[in-house]
Amino acid sequence: MKFVRPETLYDVKTHYCPGCGHGIAHRILAEVIDELGIRERTIGTAPVGCAVLMYDYFNCDMIECAHGRSPAVATGLKRILPDRVVFTYQGDGDLAAIGTAETIHAANRGENITVIFINNAIYGMTGGQMAPTTLTGQYSTTSPAGRGKNQEGAPLKVCELLSSLEGVCFLERVAISTPKDVIKARKAIKKAFVNQLENKGFSLVEVLSMCPTDWKLTPEKAARFVNEEMKKAFPLGVFKDK
Amino acid sequence: MGEKILLKGNELMAEAAVQAGCRFYAGYPITPQNEVPEYMSWRLPQAGGVFVQAESEIAAINMLFGASAAGARCMTSSSSPGISLKQEGISYIAGAELPCVIANVQRGGPGLGNIRASQGDYFQSVKGGGHGDYRLIVLAPSTLPELYELTMAAFDYADFYRNPAMILSDGILGQLAEPVELLPYKPKFKLPKKDYALDGCRGRKPRVVKTLVLDPADGLVWHNDRLQKKYAKIRREVCLYEEYATDDARIVVCAYGITGRIAKGAVKMARARGIPAGLIRPISLWPFPADVFMRAARKAERFLVVEMSEGQFIEDVQLACQCAVPVSFLGRGGGWYPTQEIILEKIESVLNRGGQVKGKQ
Repeated sequence: MKFVRPETLYDVKTHYCPGCGHGIAHRILAEVIDELGIRERTIGTAPVGCAVLMYDYFNCDMIECAHGRSPAVATGLKRILPDRVVFTYQGDGDLAAIGTAETIHAANRGENITVIFINNAIYGMTGGQMAPTTLTGQYSTTSPAGRGKNQEGAPLKVCELLSSLEGVCFLERVAISTPKDVIKARKAIKKAFVNQLENKGFSLVEVLSMCPTDWKLTPEKAARFVNEEMKKAFPLGVFKDK
Repeated sequence: MGEKILLKGNELMAEAAVQAGCRFYAGYPITPQNEVPEYMSWRLPQAGGVFVQAESEIAAINMLFGASAAGARCMTSSSSPGISLKQEGISYIAGAELPCVIANVQRGGPGLGNIRASQGDYFQSVKGGGHGDYRLIVLAPSTLPELYELTMAAFDYADFYRNPAMILSDGILGQLAEPVELLPYKPKFKLPKKDYALDGCRGRKPRVVKTLVLDPADGLVWHNDRLQKKYAKIRREVCLYEEYATDDARIVVCAYGITGRIAKGAVKMARARGIPAGLIRPISLWPFPADVFMRAARKAERFLVVEMSEGQFIEDVQLACQCAVPVSFLGRGGGWYPTQEIILEKIESVLNRGGQVKGKQ
């Protein structure tokens, strides 16, 4: 088998740091779009955060949204173009802090879209501030004593939170920190797109991802942090499958 | 003459949008504009369009961002506090140069204020409102037939210039019912193809709609230059106003929207008493029809600005006439509105006493 670049990814260098999870997540997403043959009828939304420039990497129609507003923008796109495929790609600050209302209500309306949620427990682009998903005890530039010492609350569990909503079709939490995890993540993301093609409603895949730079770890240790710490706080699995 | 029907301003505005081909509406309840989403909730599906009751004003304007990017004619409406919430999305839509129509049925402020009609959102409407250097095309009707016509025109201006357009209404116009003939929609322009629309890249290169410009070679400076060129073109091409009895007027009353309508009544009363009064009522608030004010300023002894705010519109009038004429003021915020008699009294006192810069009733 020859290792080739997916058609859905341009042959360009990305701006991501060494060991960052976005490269893996982008590749999985692009492979799935290729495999389903939907590149020419897909519209993606880019978030505010490290992945804001993903419109420079994806070989399909893209729209860059205000911070957290992707599910609302995707709602407008999909309602006007119900036969096109619409996905959002959002980080933890985008989806679970500033865009919490947009996320919950798009899910509750059962918008027929696919949401790829990259959870790396930190604000990457702005330099390592506390995210809604930062682990208890985890250091960040705005929780210098470790989260939980200063009434920051506990990490927000998005899949668990959304699982009670009737409009939601599919929720799965995956990781990309081991080859086995990557294969599982690919299956989950494919399912989230197939659901949309079958008009089944709102599908979200939460991807536990690495941020070596802002975690101040080597890429190898960052992957270990996902395996040993994040998977404990955010158990992997299917939370809803209608 | 066709058949006239009786509708509230808010309902009429919604019907005008549907007639003009609006096929997506997202909104959130707020008084005094609730008739717009209520009307759209049954009327749009009937016309093959989409109505979404959004979870917030922020979500509603962002749904428009998506619907407009997908190529649809789309609209949202709200009242003052809700329009404040929409400003983030309006800035993005202006930055991305997407068309859409936003209606503001103004109420009293600041803060939660009250639900009486007001004109306290003039600055927010004509000076940008959100972050960054951008402009909205702002149209201010004073009657329901005009509201009907301008709402349809707003979609054409938005599409023609690829820019958000705003209908600046208020609680009186929104709640008022008048008989109106529903004239069929005719586009004002030969409208350009939507070659920016995102609908999947079949048979073409992928498109990107974005507002982030990080190009180190002054990309954002260049983008702003280009936006300003577009705004200059709109300034040259869009200039709407009503001028009434200004030829021999000693005093020219300047007012827009519902206040302009009340002021016209006052000017007629003044004329009946032999007072040579006139009226300038700008209809496009941005672009501001500055020339008509300057021409009148050279002839009149005095201007009287009347507005339902503590003095916002007056600043553009003063700028337009460049101190060529003294400008008196009648206005209050918080839901106050003038009657014809109050304006007439002010006209008389200003002419007799030379007027105050900022007189209150």
